[in-house]
Amino acid sequence: MIAIVDYGVGNLFSLKSSLKRIGAEAVVSGEAEVLRAADKIILPGVGAFEDAAAKLRASGLADVVVSEAKAGKPLLGICLGMQLLFEKSMEYGEHPGLGLLSGTIEDLTPDIPADLKVPHIGWNALHIEKPHPLLREVQDGDCVYFVHSFYARPGASTIATAEYGTAVTAAVAEANVMGCQFHPEKSGEVGLKILRAFCEMEAVS
Amino acid sequence: MITKRIIPCLDVKDGRVVKGVNFLGLNDVSDPVGLAQYYSDHGADELVFYDITASHEGRKLFTDILTRVAEQIFIPLTVGGGINTVEDFDRVLKCGADKVSVNSGAIRNPALIREAARLYGDQCVVLSVDAKRVDGQFRVFAKGGREDTGMDAIEWIRRGVADGAGEIVLNSIDTDGVKQGFDLEMLDAVCNAVNVPVIASGGAGCAADFVTLFQTLPKVDAGLAASIFHFGEVEIPALKQTLAEHGILVRR
Repeated sequence: MIAIVDYGVGNLFSLKSSLKRIGAEAVVSGEAEVLRAADKIILPGVGAFEDAAAKLRASGLADVVVSEAKAGKPLLGICLGMQLLFEKSMEYGEHPGLGLLSGTIEDLTPDIPADLKVPHIGWNALHIEKPHPLLREVQDGDCVYFVHSFYARPGASTIATAEYGTAVTAAVAEANVMGCQFHPEKSGEVGLKILRAFCEMEAVS
Repeated sequence: MITKRIIPCLDVKDGRVVKGVNFLGLNDVSDPVGLAQYYSDHGADELVFYDITASHEGRKLFTDILTRVAEQIFIPLTVGGGINTVEDFDRVLKCGADKVSVNSGAIRNPALIREAARLYGDQCVVLSVDAKRVDGQFRVFAKGGREDTGMDAIEWIRRGVADGAGEIVLNSIDTDGVKQGFDLEMLDAVCNAVNVPVIASGGAGCAADFVTLFQTLPKVDAGLAASIFHFGEVEIPALKQTLAEHGILVRR
């Protein structure tokens, strides 16, 4: 069973539908017990970092996600959910994240040429930086769908990047903690392959 | 780098796609779910669903269809038509829409853009504008292009973006249906006015029109069309092949 963390941020309809499509058993839940009982956890998220981090903490689920991840349960953060895995974000101030991955979420605008639009929105090609089970069925150059204005500069946990005036971290992985800046549930067949790879991954203990 | 998007638009009335469609292997050509699946399988980068129903029953039917589409199709979905309040945003987002397009609803109540952007984020709010040349000005038209609002389109779009519209769909009434190409002049004016994605609509008749669009105006992010895709006059995989041969980045 895969638990999709419901903490009142964003639309979980497509994520739930895409997991159903690939035959994964998934439940959307905001209950700690369900997250603890699940084999894997997906942390979604859209919107502003500060607001999402606050909601995740207020729901009491931040601690659950962190402790489950530290115990080795596979965790996949999606979009803002990936950003929340990092130590902090500079989105309108400085806000602490879950600290499961080292690094900072930065504003994309000053790092890219002025003629490029922000948000970075649309289909962009993945460049695989490190082969990883999450990307086992992904070819270098496959396109996935991005919507974001802040980003992680490539770092130790980066396994794939996308080029948008600078190298944008597209996917991360460090042991059982993984994340996608793009939306796999909106990235057609490529996205479903990534979700399938996560769902079929053996748990690291 | 980001690829140029190709977006088919499906007008839905009383649960059916209007404008006849004729695809090989597609039995029910006016079934929105089947057609959406067809496009998703054949290279569409995004789909726009436009609800042109007036009745309450039709509206319910539309959201049912949207739900079925969103359960099966995993590319971005934009929904427009009959969006007048944030409750309308809520209604279609809950059925799986990713973005919501406002047009006449925002003209009647411009605060809608700001309100929706605050609740759902800028990326969720698409400002769709029907514009036409009147007295040397690009003028905003309401009610499906029937009513001249007297508003300057460039000013209206600038204001919409300042209020939080994350994307613009510009439909030129002057070129719509003519199939002689997109309205490059009008699109250029819009691209120079705002720094959010601009989706060109109205006028595409063949693949070359998309090549011209993206080569002449590299700032345009996407091309939207309906009947040329529905009638199979332009097939998206072939269109993308043509674009790629001209050095335009597309998702393959």
